[in-house]
Amino acid sequence: MKKLSKLRRSSFASPLLLVVALFAIGTTFSVASATDKTELTVDQRSAQVAEGKQIFLKGCSSCHGLNLEGSAIAPSLIGVGAASVDCQVRTGRMPVADLSQQIARKKPVYNAEQTAALAAYVASTAPGPAIPGESSLNYERDGNTAEGGTLFRTNCAMCHNFAGQGGALSQGKYAPTLMGVEPKYIYEALITGPQSMPVFSDKTITPAEKLSIIKWIKAAETEPQLGGAALGRVGPVTEGLLVWTLGLGLLIGVAVWLAAKAR
Amino acid sequence: MSNEIEAIKDPGLPAHVHRKADTDPVAEKRAERQVAILFLISALGTVLFIYSYYFIAEDVFVFFPVLGNTNAHQLFLGLGLAIALFFIGAAAIHWAKTLMPDEEVIAMRHTMRSEDEDRDALVVTVKERAGAAGLGRRSLIKRSMGLSLGLIGLSPLVLLRDLGPLPGNDLTKTSWMAGTRLVTDPGDRPIRPEDLEVGAVAQVLPKLRPDQARTLNDIGKDAVLLIRIRPEEFQLSAERLSWTYDGIIAFSKICSHMGCAVALYEQSTKHLLCPCHQSTFDVPRAAKVIFGPAARPLPQLAITVDAEGYLIAQKPFSEPVGPSFWERSS
Amino acid sequence: MTARERVAGTVANYVDERTGAAKWMKKNLTKVFPDHWSFLLGEVALYSFVILLLSGTFLTFWYDPSQREVLYEGTYAPLNGLHMSAAYSSTLHISFEVRGGLLMRQIHHWAALIFMAAIVVHLMRVYFTGAFRKPREFNWIIGVGLLTLGIVEGFLGYSLPDDLLSGTGIRIAEAIIQALPVVGSYLAFFAFGGAFPGEAFIPRIFTVHVLLLPGIFLALITVHLMLVWYQKHTQWPGPGRTEKNVVGYPLMPAYMAKAGGFFFIVFGVTAFLGAVASINPIWLYGPYNPGQISAGSQPDWYMGWLDGLVRMSPPLESHFLGHTVSWNILIPGLIVPGILFTGMALYPFIESWITGDKREHHLLDRPRNVPNRTALGAMSLTFMLVALINGGNDIIATNFHLAINQVMWFSRIAIFVLPPIAFVVTKRICLSLQRADRELVLHGRETGRLLMLPHGEFVEVHEPISPELAWKLTAHEQAPALALEDVDARGVRRAGGLKNKLRKRISQANAESISKPTLNDLKEIEHH
Repeated sequence: MKKLSKLRRSSFASPLLLVVALFAIGTTFSVASATDKTELTVDQRSAQVAEGKQIFLKGCSSCHGLNLEGSAIAPSLIGVGAASVDCQVRTGRMPVADLSQQIARKKPVYNAEQTAALAAYVASTAPGPAIPGESSLNYERDGNTAEGGTLFRTNCAMCHNFAGQGGALSQGKYAPTLMGVEPKYIYEALITGPQSMPVFSDKTITPAEKLSIIKWIKAAETEPQLGGAALGRVGPVTEGLLVWTLGLGLLIGVAVWLAAKAR
Repeated sequence: MSNEIEAIKDPGLPAHVHRKADTDPVAEKRAERQVAILFLISALGTVLFIYSYYFIAEDVFVFFPVLGNTNAHQLFLGLGLAIALFFIGAAAIHWAKTLMPDEEVIAMRHTMRSEDEDRDALVVTVKERAGAAGLGRRSLIKRSMGLSLGLIGLSPLVLLRDLGPLPGNDLTKTSWMAGTRLVTDPGDRPIRPEDLEVGAVAQVLPKLRPDQARTLNDIGKDAVLLIRIRPEEFQLSAERLSWTYDGIIAFSKICSHMGCAVALYEQSTKHLLCPCHQSTFDVPRAAKVIFGPAARPLPQLAITVDAEGYLIAQKPFSEPVGPSFWERSS
Repeated sequence: MTARERVAGTVANYVDERTGAAKWMKKNLTKVFPDHWSFLLGEVALYSFVILLLSGTFLTFWYDPSQREVLYEGTYAPLNGLHMSAAYSSTLHISFEVRGGLLMRQIHHWAALIFMAAIVVHLMRVYFTGAFRKPREFNWIIGVGLLTLGIVEGFLGYSLPDDLLSGTGIRIAEAIIQALPVVGSYLAFFAFGGAFPGEAFIPRIFTVHVLLLPGIFLALITVHLMLVWYQKHTQWPGPGRTEKNVVGYPLMPAYMAKAGGFFFIVFGVTAFLGAVASINPIWLYGPYNPGQISAGSQPDWYMGWLDGLVRMSPPLESHFLGHTVSWNILIPGLIVPGILFTGMALYPFIESWITGDKREHHLLDRPRNVPNRTALGAMSLTFMLVALINGGNDIIATNFHLAINQVMWFSRIAIFVLPPIAFVVTKRICLSLQRADRELVLHGRETGRLLMLPHGEFVEVHEPISPELAWKLTAHEQAPALALEDVDARGVRRAGGLKNKLRKRISQANAESISKPTLNDLKEIEHH
């Protein structure tokens, strides 16, 4: 025991204890909120943040400012959170190729690793919504389809259309289609409010309710055609077009045949 | 050569052209066979229809190009019926075209106008008999008849009175009172200001008493949209600013144009857009109309927090919500 | 006599002894009907009506016209456990638990859309060929009535399931009623049995949709057909066809087979659409809730122009003495459509006032030979088309990467600018076609064969057209403009001077035509 009490009294004890404590808390936390990503050590994470900073300075700072403060053409990224970065960058919206009314989804420029670095960097500058972990995205288990439908129609259909096909906003902006969007990005969009989309706080739409919405969207996406060709699921406009083209076309065609003299 | 203008003459009906089946027995037999085949295809269609109804399970889905993954029961039932019907028609038409007589026939028209003698006879008859009834000269009868017929015409109008209640002040009242808590729609959870981030939107209804059930009628007037922006972004009068709370502003969700739900909030521009007729409202300026057919801004609900920190209404709406009506004064 | 003939004879005798049917059957079975494909458009509408009656009756056996709240426990999982009206729930039941139910729902709705489209195309055919002229003015008015009632009937029909999309439409209809000055709020409360949405509206429109309007339709369609039967159908001008005869085929057997067969064709095509194309998927819309709305909410196509007019309206509202009048609703929703449809209904009388023509007409006009009427028709269609397009401006914006604001401004300007342009362009095209006809009659058809004349000139050989074609191109009348003098025989100014001036002006414009070639012209050319 003499050795231990000697160690305790040494001048290295406090800083060493601090490092051990930090390490313990850090790894406990990342274990507790782990995704199936490989956990990073403290060193790995600070390397990640540094890498993210480099990517940011090279590819993002010209619009978003050297200190994420934003500019005339780009909003501030202070406090947007890792979720925001993950959503925007992994769907390819950022970095933007064509600065028009609406920034469209396209092939991502940065891969998963680079995006994670960017996200870590942005999150390190100010707290914001975190990327949801796998366990918090289990909509099959935690969501209710029928409730999700009601929530969707109250909160989402007015922009994204009753079947999530997307819809028009003002001045050329639009709410994109939700078909084929990964659940993670839907969740991230709900909590970060990208572009024209508002934020849906966890207190007004709880995480379980968000999962119900995702479950309903996925059910609508995978629902087979119950009545025949869906005609875009946009309602009476395409139905009317079909009548005037195929419907009347067939009928008038037969009428012409009917009245023509046989050979 | 005459000098009067002569119109080009009508050459008369062209000579009848015979069809192949009229003269050639082989063609005739072929046409007959074709008609028969068409009828048989229809019969097959009916068989498909009956088979689909009873023997295709309703949860089977088949993939077809263009149609996608489609319900087999519905598709084949419909196709069976369509084929059954269409080919009866095709057979009948083909039969008429190829085999039935197709000589053009001429029939004469008659002028619609009756002969003069019939018209005169009618005039005499009506005059005589109406005169005999004496309506023209018996003014007492005429007037009393007019009174009774006119009055009885009112009876259906009277009967329809109970179709509905008088509007009264129903159009001017909602469930929002001073102190009514704002709760989420759906979920009925009360809301604190810190629950909303800047840029957040929430669909909100008034908290009802425990004994009250919420009806669609209530939602049709009570639905409110809660929006949070930065307080410095408001461009409001002092009074309207006092109706907001720390950057949170509340509007009636029922469009002032024709009553659709104006729930579409664009976070980037802070505009509300009604998807029915594209009326656009500017939130920082108390939902002022900036585009589209709406003539009035959305009514603003004055909000504050209660002692427990939940958002409540300060008072009822200061104007009727929803579309305009004659008795609305502003 | 064969056995079949004996039986038929007995039946015929039995009926004739009690009704005297033999005489009118003999007359009507030999009735002559002219044959042209464009005469079948009205039949498409008629047969669609029959299909609507049949499929609609099927639906009424399961549909529950009630707005009372029920809990859904049917087979469509995404709505399981939700509260909804019995109307919506019973429509889901028809769609998913009644075999053939969804097919019948879809056939019914497709038939309704085809019914309205056929009415419009039939109306256009009757208008552009002048078949509405005396003695058929009443039939035209009945037709316009059928069109108007059809729009209402269709709207009520697709509102019956009480889903989010049609419920939104009802909300808008209620706003129109409420906007009526003085009586609006009262009428709205009477129609809905109280505040919106209430629980009375769906059961009431069910009665209108299933009983009242179909009854009125049956009566109007019967009169419409009886008039056609009695006045005999019009016919295209051509060899052997005059104002005093009808050239065609007898009812029995050819016409019966063709017309009867065509019913099965229309039914078959409608059933085909019901089989392969989804329409009104109410399970995706969800039950109606006044706090919910979908992006891209439109009425059915035949009301799209109304929606388009409402969308493009300027935000006009008057407030005075404690009252409000919503011009932004009344003008596009009631006043403009009212003017249009009244003008349409009265058109036969307007045209006969312009031309001063009071004779019967049974030969149709080729549209090019009546340039003003054709141009007016093109102008009206252009107006309707701009309104219709604006009704779908958000769907157009999303799919063609435009801004709704751009489409809206385009429509606001185009609806004033494009119709007059359409008028002028159409009239010029008609006159050019008349010129081309004149050329064809006078100089014959260009054969494409070149001939070298002895002195070296090349000419194209023209082949004279057949007498039948020459007749067809010149059979039309070209009435001069009305000669309305401002003063009468004694030099006294006529009363109604302004009206006569206007009438004269329009009549002159109406009579503008390329004069058709005559035999004299032909003979002159022969002498070249």
